[in-house]
Amino acid sequence: MHRTEGLYGQFRTLEQQKESATLGMWIFLITEVMFFGGIMLTYTINRHTYFHAFAMGSNTLDLRLGGFNTVVLLASSFTMAMAVWSSQVGKKHLISVCLALTILLGFVFFGVKYIEYAQKFHHHLVPGRNFNIAYCVNNPGSCEDIKPEDLAVERDEIAEAVAADPDLNSHAQLYYSAYFGMTGLHALHMVIGAGLLFWLLKHSLAGQFTPQWNTPVDVVGLYWHFVDIVWIYLFPLLYLIDRHK
Amino acid sequence: MPTKHYLNATYGIRSWLLTTDHKRIALLYLISVTFFFFIGGFFAMMIRLHLLTPSGLLLSADTYNRMFTMHGVAMIFFFLIPSIPAVLGNFLMPLMIGAKDLAFPRINLLSWYVYVVGAAFTLYSMVTGGLDTGWTFYTPLSTVYSNSAVAPAVVGVFIVGFSSILTGLNFLVTIHTMRAPGMTWFRLPLFVWSHYATSVVMILGTPVVAITLGLAAMERVFGLGFFNPAMGGDPILFQHLFWFYSHPAVYIMILPAMGVVSELIPTFARKQLFGYHFVAAASMAIAVIGFLIWTHHMFLTGVSTYAALAFSFLTFLVAIPSAVKVFNWTATLFGGSISLDTPMLYAFGFIGLFLIGGLTGLFLGSLGTDIHMHDTYFVVAHFHYIMVGGAIMGYLGGLHFWWPKITGRMYPEWLARGAAVILFVGFNLTFFPQFLLGYLGMPRRYHVYPPEFQVYNVMSTAGASILALGYLLPLIYLTWAAFYGRVAGPNPWPATGLEWKTPSPPPTENFETTPVVTWEPYDFHHRPDLGLDVPANPALAPAHGDD
Repeated sequence: MHRTEGLYGQFRTLEQQKESATLGMWIFLITEVMFFGGIMLTYTINRHTYFHAFAMGSNTLDLRLGGFNTVVLLASSFTMAMAVWSSQVGKKHLISVCLALTILLGFVFFGVKYIEYAQKFHHHLVPGRNFNIAYCVNNPGSCEDIKPEDLAVERDEIAEAVAADPDLNSHAQLYYSAYFGMTGLHALHMVIGAGLLFWLLKHSLAGQFTPQWNTPVDVVGLYWHFVDIVWIYLFPLLYLIDRHK
Repeated sequence: MPTKHYLNATYGIRSWLLTTDHKRIALLYLISVTFFFFIGGFFAMMIRLHLLTPSGLLLSADTYNRMFTMHGVAMIFFFLIPSIPAVLGNFLMPLMIGAKDLAFPRINLLSWYVYVVGAAFTLYSMVTGGLDTGWTFYTPLSTVYSNSAVAPAVVGVFIVGFSSILTGLNFLVTIHTMRAPGMTWFRLPLFVWSHYATSVVMILGTPVVAITLGLAAMERVFGLGFFNPAMGGDPILFQHLFWFYSHPAVYIMILPAMGVVSELIPTFARKQLFGYHFVAAASMAIAVIGFLIWTHHMFLTGVSTYAALAFSFLTFLVAIPSAVKVFNWTATLFGGSISLDTPMLYAFGFIGLFLIGGLTGLFLGSLGTDIHMHDTYFVVAHFHYIMVGGAIMGYLGGLHFWWPKITGRMYPEWLARGAAVILFVGFNLTFFPQFLLGYLGMPRRYHVYPPEFQVYNVMSTAGASILALGYLLPLIYLTWAAFYGRVAGPNPWPATGLEWKTPSPPPTENFETTPVVTWEPYDFHHRPDLGLDVPANPALAPAHGDD
């Protein structure tokens, strides 16, 4: 199909094209809700059945890193919204700045996530043969990044959890399966989102987005906000199960 | 034939593999799903040949398990689900609503490539030992204990799901935004309505099975434990998630076939479809209720009695919109001017076989009888009446009906009628004895059986051989007709849809000028352009319209 001045050949008008693109993205987001819904249901049922193990697993996450990433992603949603707004009012320069900032914040998120994942590998908290929820408690020498007083708290928590759930290690592994499954899926969506943002940036640097034609910014914006909202759910579900002590 | 049309607009392999024309993509899908249909058919023949004798004729127990598994995987995920939507739906949707293409032509092409990649993974599994878990991939057999190539097959099915999601998304947006002027919601052909309902099922159900199979694949490869009881996981959870998609998936297969039949009946009865609004609403009702009944596959897993009661009730509820359709088709025939062309034979076959398949579904949806019938050949016969008797009859009826539009040429009518009769006879001989086998207690998926069941198994195998001939005939004569058949003209039947108002084969842009719709669907009375001498019988006048 040929394209003339932003209008693809299958459409009759620009309004029809914009309506189609926006509706298409909303429907895609519905499929995404169902996609994440499946793993969230799995999480919910397991959390209900093995609450002590899930609470214990949650306590071994680093709340500061998770909280920091939440702020980063909320900020990136703001810059994304600014990019959409700038494209609507025709501030061509600002679009590129906002898109670049959104990409930057996305990469900050990846960086922090890398640190978190690496810690989990060192602490033997990756599901598989070597998974050991009590690894750091038993090998403090290998976990020097955790403060001794925090380790002491963790030792008490594990003792308490094992008393409630003798098969704690197995069930904590389910928690970490959920953790890596959900955050991994989320990170994959971020990677795709970052790719889309680079593509937008290329076009916005070429000055292609105008108040008349800015559908791609709008549609990618919807996607980016969706990915942020997923994290807004993941953060309490994974980090805040049992933090009231 | 027009001198320039979508088939000869451009030449070369690149012009096909990089096409964004929905009609060419439909043909790419046609070739791919036909390939998988005959692969799946080969596995089916192996199963039937093996079951000729009580102790099994030619396969080891292990190989037998692989044969029925791969038969199911190939037929369901790679043939039945994409068949009507991705081939006929792709070709016809824009034509029927008066659009130049689907809303997202490049996503349409992408969906075919996604299908091909998924197919490659699954074929890889098939040639490197196959898989033996049953098409349902139940855990922990599939994730822990099976010694077959499960991982690539599951990954393949996971991938092909996204092709289905993309097709559904494309259809939904297209129906919402691409309709020609005057093509209001209640002027849409019922084929489009049924595809709307199908697309809703595709976009809501497929992501769930995708994540489920994704988790199962991770469990197989990396040892996660969600579905593994040894680690505290729950295999029943897998079954719930699996059937949450895979029961509605039955409606992905049957709803488009119902759409085809809703086109065939008015055309060959030359009469407006009875109760258009009800048939359209029934499609949507089936799509919605279809999501609420999955647990009837799991009555024997220990689900609570109250839950089972609710799911049993809802299962009976879904029979109502299905029956509404059957009654409306039958009522359309009343007083019609019926001609028995090949597509109509398939439509009749569909109604009869779907009726049997649907009613036997109620036996299985009843809590008491299901205990007796569960996991027997009764279940096998039931779903083959729906999927083969229903979906494939609809698909073949549609292929014959629109073949003149797709290729511009007619198929040989008498040969085709003969093949339709052969298929009907072969189908019933194959699957009706299986109802009896199941009722008598022969379990499904076993490679041996007690000698007293042999006579029914021999009948079934004989029927399968006739059925195989019945499937080979259309493959040969439709291919022949595409090149050498009689030139069809734009509207050979004649039928009332927009797709028949453009040349056969259509030009790449579908219509030279955007059509404007001023008539009601299936109305033969106010269509002088069809050149029909329709009696102005007031009793047969349209129930709604501008008169």
